[in-house]
Amino acid sequence: MSGSDPRDELVEHLPAMRAFAISLTRNGSVADDMVQDTLVKAWTNIDKFQVGTNMRAWLFTILRNTYYSSRRKAKREVSDVDGVFTESLAEKPAHDGHLQMNDFRVALGKLKVEQREALLLIGASGFSYEEAAEMCGVAVGTIKSRTNRARAQLAELMGLNEDEAMEMTDDATMSVLSASKVASF
Amino acid sequence: MSGQSHSKEQHGVIDENLRRVYQEAVDEGVPDRFKSLLDQLKQQDEEQGKRE
Repeated sequence: MSGSDPRDELVEHLPAMRAFAISLTRNGSVADDMVQDTLVKAWTNIDKFQVGTNMRAWLFTILRNTYYSSRRKAKREVSDVDGVFTESLAEKPAHDGHLQMNDFRVALGKLKVEQREALLLIGASGFSYEEAAEMCGVAVGTIKSRTNRARAQLAELMGLNEDEAMEMTDDATMSVLSASKVASF
Repeated sequence: MSGQSHSKEQHGVIDENLRRVYQEAVDEGVPDRFKSLLDQLKQQDEEQGKRE
């Protein structure tokens, strides 16, 4: 190996990897195990990383694959992983208009994992729709609709919407729908 | 308030909370175990390199 070793960069991505893992799993120890597995995989498979491409995207791909494979394994052992998580997070969201972080966390925890993942990749980790689509192995449109559904559902769970869940397809539809809804009052 | 700003406001509240949740996790810092794991991996490679 000559010149700079891309593995020296791994440490720079640790805070972002960990933040994504924690936000996705809502469980610090599960998240840390995921990050640890990802580090070992990245280290030993560094020859598969193409220098000059986005290392964070590559690491996040490994991270989410690690998550989904351990989740599948856990599902075989426990019948309903999501049910257990949801149960422990079940709290009534506040409707006082002043949103507490905890209410947001609870709402975030209630989303389908694919929707939460898409929202975290786009809204928090700063990836483009294209990057997120590649990471998740789905179409760009799928990432867009997952993100929009996630937002719509969060709005509903946090009482930001006055009425039922909306069926969103894109941002334009969302603003048009909200506009017409308010106008009809 | 127009519908447009209502929607934007809603969007803003979600995004702000999202960033805060995420930033809080970033700010927690990284446990030492990860840095020592990287050191271990590095050391392992160096030892292997010597043997080859």
